[in-house]
Amino acid sequence: MYKATIGLEIHCEFESISKVFSPSDNSYTDAPNIHVAPQDLGFPGILPVLNKKSIEQALKMSMALNCKTPDEIVFDRKNYYYPDLPKGYQITQFNKPVGVNGYIDIEMEDGIKRITIQDIHLEEDSASLDHYDTYSLIDYNRAGRTLVEMVTDPCIHSKEEALKLLETYRSIILYCGVSQARSDRGQMRCDVNVSVSNTDELGCKVEMKNINSFYNVGRAIDYEIKRQTEVLESGGVVEQETRRFDDETGITYKMRDKADAVDYKYFPEPNIPPYPVTEQWLNEIRKTIPMLQLERKQKYISDYDLSAYDAEVLVKTKEISDFFNDCVKLGTDPKKACNWITGMLMGYLNETDISIKDVPITPEMIKELVDLVDKKTISSKQAKEVFEDMIESGNNPKKIVEEKRMMQITDDSAIHDVVMEVLKENDEQARDYNPEKTRMIDFFVGQVMKKTRGKANPAKTMEILREELPKYGK
Amino acid sequence: MSYLDKSLEEIHAALKDGKVTSKELVEESLKRAHDYQDELNSFVTILDDAKEKDITDNVLSGIPYAAKDNYSTKGILTTASSNILSNYVPVFDATAITKLKEANACLIGKTVLDELAMGGTSTTGHTGPVKNPWDTSRLIGGSSGGSAAAVAKGIVPYALGSDTGDSIRKPACYGGIVGVKPTYGLISRWGLFAFASSLDHLGCFAKSVKDAAYVINNMKGIDDNDMTSWDSSNIDLVKDIDKDVSGKKLFYIKEIVDELKNSNQKYYYNFINILNYCKELGIEVKEESIDIKLLKGAYPTYMAISCAEATSNNSNLTGIPFGNKKDGDNPYEVMINTRTEGFSELIRRRFVIGSFILQKENQEKLFKNAQRLRRLIVERVTELFKKYDGYIVPASGDIAPHFNEEIDRLSEKYLLLENHLVIGDFGGFPSITIPSGEIDNMPIAINITGPIMEDAKIFNIAKKLEEKIGFTPLSLRKEK
Repeated sequence: MYKATIGLEIHCEFESISKVFSPSDNSYTDAPNIHVAPQDLGFPGILPVLNKKSIEQALKMSMALNCKTPDEIVFDRKNYYYPDLPKGYQITQFNKPVGVNGYIDIEMEDGIKRITIQDIHLEEDSASLDHYDTYSLIDYNRAGRTLVEMVTDPCIHSKEEALKLLETYRSIILYCGVSQARSDRGQMRCDVNVSVSNTDELGCKVEMKNINSFYNVGRAIDYEIKRQTEVLESGGVVEQETRRFDDETGITYKMRDKADAVDYKYFPEPNIPPYPVTEQWLNEIRKTIPMLQLERKQKYISDYDLSAYDAEVLVKTKEISDFFNDCVKLGTDPKKACNWITGMLMGYLNETDISIKDVPITPEMIKELVDLVDKKTISSKQAKEVFEDMIESGNNPKKIVEEKRMMQITDDSAIHDVVMEVLKENDEQARDYNPEKTRMIDFFVGQVMKKTRGKANPAKTMEILREELPKYGK
Repeated sequence: MSYLDKSLEEIHAALKDGKVTSKELVEESLKRAHDYQDELNSFVTILDDAKEKDITDNVLSGIPYAAKDNYSTKGILTTASSNILSNYVPVFDATAITKLKEANACLIGKTVLDELAMGGTSTTGHTGPVKNPWDTSRLIGGSSGGSAAAVAKGIVPYALGSDTGDSIRKPACYGGIVGVKPTYGLISRWGLFAFASSLDHLGCFAKSVKDAAYVINNMKGIDDNDMTSWDSSNIDLVKDIDKDVSGKKLFYIKEIVDELKNSNQKYYYNFINILNYCKELGIEVKEESIDIKLLKGAYPTYMAISCAEATSNNSNLTGIPFGNKKDGDNPYEVMINTRTEGFSELIRRRFVIGSFILQKENQEKLFKNAQRLRRLIVERVTELFKKYDGYIVPASGDIAPHFNEEIDRLSEKYLLLENHLVIGDFGGFPSITIPSGEIDNMPIAINITGPIMEDAKIFNIAKKLEEKIGFTPLSLRKEK
C-alpha cells in the first residue's frame, strides 16, 4: 500500500499602505508599473526601509498559528538571478523567521487533525512576468510587495487534508485581517511537495512550484500521487526534482533535478539592523488576534447548541460571525439570531452578492426584531416583512412596525371588546357553540382578525374566545 | 592667490563681502577641471552647465565641489566608472547630495573611481586611470582617486568620496590632503552605489581638517531612507575643533609601527616626530599591542566580506530594469551578455570570489570566519578605546607607487602597513588621514581613528596636530 506525504509552502501577499521595504503603494491594481519606487526597480544606491506594520502583521499570523516568535526581527538575502528579481536578491528571513514550530488544527470528517508548521517568514515579492512568443513584459507593481510564506512539515497525507489546510489557513488570514488572500489576484500561491512510499521512510520529494489556485493544488497532488505510484509499482525510482504543473492539461513536467538545485547563498541583510521584539509588543499584537474559525464553530455548537451545519455557515466569514456574536452579546437568543442571519440575512446577501458591510443592518436591529416577536407585538410572518423593509431602509424594526401599523393588539381588554362585539354580531353561532367542533372557534378567530385587520394576537384571541364562548347567552 | 584656493571660511567671508562671486568660483573651478583633465583624468563628467548659487549663512553656499561618480545624482550621468552603467542617469539624488543642494553648494563634476569602487588604485575606471598631481607617473590610490586628485590639484576646495576599505583615507595620504570617513551611519548611505553595505562609508577630501569638518557637518544626519543612520543633531564637528587637547590619550599599534621601522626608516622617523608633536600638545601616547595574526588577517577578512557583499549588491546590474543592456535570445542571455561585457575582468574575478565565499559549503569556513575575525578585531580595538581617545598610525607604508609597480600581496609590509585602515571600516570608527610630511617630494600621512560617535574628538585632535605639522598642500605651493 503506497502512502503519500505532502508538504505545502503557501505564499500570501499581505495588505498594508506601503510595501514591506519601500514606500510605494502596496495595493493591487490592474494598471502595470504604477506602484513603483526606485527601491522596486533595484536602482543603484537604494536601501530597504522596513515597514513596521508588515512586521506586526507577520507576528500576528505567527502567533495565530501557535508559532514560537523570535527575540528580534532580522532578515537575510536570498541571492539568485531571474528577470523578475530587480535587485538580484530577495530580502527574506532564513535564519530567524518570524515564527517556528507552530500548528494549525484542521477539521476532517473523522475529527480534528493537527498539521505542524515548520516556519512562517516575512519577505518581499518579485515582479510579475507575462511571456509572449518573442518577448516578455515585466510588471514591477508586485516587486517588493509584502509576502508571507508559511511552510508546513511533511505531515499531510491526502489531497483532502491539503485542501482543508489551505482553506483553514486562508480563513486564519481573513480572520486576522491581514489580507483578502485572493487567488484570482495572485495573492495566494502555493508550492507543493509530494512523495510516495510503501515503507515507513519518506519517498523522494518532488516539488511543484507556484500553483495558483486551490483547485489546481488538488489536481497537481492527484496527478503526482498517481504518477509516482505508477513509477514505483513498475519497479522504477522517483527522482528528487522540481516539476511544473500545467493547468491546461493537469499534467506535471520536469523542470530541473536535484543536481541543478540553486544555492541561494543566504547571508544576513546588512542594511536592516535587528528590530527587537518585546514581550509588551507581542502582547499588544496578540490582543488583536480574534477567536478563529474552528474555535468559534466549536463554541457555537457546544455553548449555543447550534447544529454543526448552522455553525459552519455562521463562521464562513468573520464579518457574519462577528455580527452573530454581537447579536448574542446583546442578549438575543443564539438560535433565533442564527435563524435570522443564516436565513433571511445571508439569503439576501447571496442573492444580491454583497457583503454584510454593505447593508444598513445592525445586531441591535436583529435583537429588537426578535424581541418584537417574543413579546408577540408582531407575528413571525410580519417579522419577515419588517426584516425586508429594514434591510433596505435601515430603519429600526420598532419604527417600521409603527409606520406600518403592524402593532398586534395584545391588550386583553381591547381584544375582549372585539371578541364580544363579534359574538354579538354572530349571536346565533355563538349560542350554538360546541367545544367539540373546532372549526367553530376558528371561524370566530377569523372574524376577530378581520375586524382588527390581523393585528389581534391570535393566541390571545383564542384564549379569550375559549373563555367567553361557553358562557355566551347562558 | 585665487579665492578658490583659500579655506572654506575665507571663501565664505569673501563671498559675503562681495570680493568674489559664486559665479566666478564655479567658472574658475570648471576651467581648472578642463585644464587638468588630460593630465589627471579626475572627472567622468564635468558639469559645464553648473550654476552659481545664492550665498547664505552656510559656509558651503555658492562654493563649488565635486562628487565621486558613485553618488546617485538625479538627471546627471552616474557611471560608477563602469561600462555597465556608462549610460545610467539616476532618477534620484543621494541624501548627501540633497543636503549639499540645500546648503547651496555647487556641484561641478563627477569624479573617476575604481570600477564600482572596488580597488585601491583608481586605474580600473572605464574612462582610464587617474594620475597623482604630485607626480603623474604615480597613482593617486583609490577608489576615490578622482576626488582626491581634484582636491590635491585645487580644482575644487573639497570633494566627496566613499570608503569601504580605505578608499578615502589612502588616496588622501597619496595626495597630501585631508581625508575623512566619519562613524558608520553618521551620513546616510541612501544613493551611494552599494559596494559592501556593512563597510560602506561616505566622507570627503579637503585641504584642511576644519574644511572637512564643515563638509561632514553638512552631509550628516539621520535619514528615513537609511535604517543604519542615526541622530547626530547634538554633534557639531566645527564647534570644538580648536579645543585644547592636553590630557587626551592616544595609542599606536606596536606591530604596525615596528613593521614601518623595518621597512621604511624615513616614514618611521616622520611618524616618531608626529608622536613628539602629540606630546608637545599634551597628548599622552602609549604603545599597545594587537595580536599580529588579527592584524595580518584584516586584509583577507576584508576581501572575503567585501567581495561577498559586493557580489550580492551588484546583482541588480543585469541590464533589465536599467543599465547598458546587451542583446540575447532570452532573458538569461541578456543578463549574462550584459554582465560579461559590462564588467572588467577584475570585477568579474571579485564577483566569482564573493560568490565562492557565499556558497553553502564554503560559508562556514570563509564567510563566517571572516565575520568572526572582523568581530575579534573590532572587540580588541573597542576594548583599547576604553582607555584611550583613539589611536594614531602611519596611513600607509610608503609614498604613492608608480603605475604597474609590483605589489606582493602576501608580504608583511603589505598586510600590516598597507591595509590596516580597514579596521576603521570594520568597526565603523571615525577615521581621518592628515598629511604628515614628505619623502622624495611625495606626501606621506598619519591616520587617527577613534571610538564610534566620537567624531568631534577625532577632528579636534587632527586639527591641533595639523597646526603643529604645518603641511602646505600641493595646490597652494604652485601659487608661490
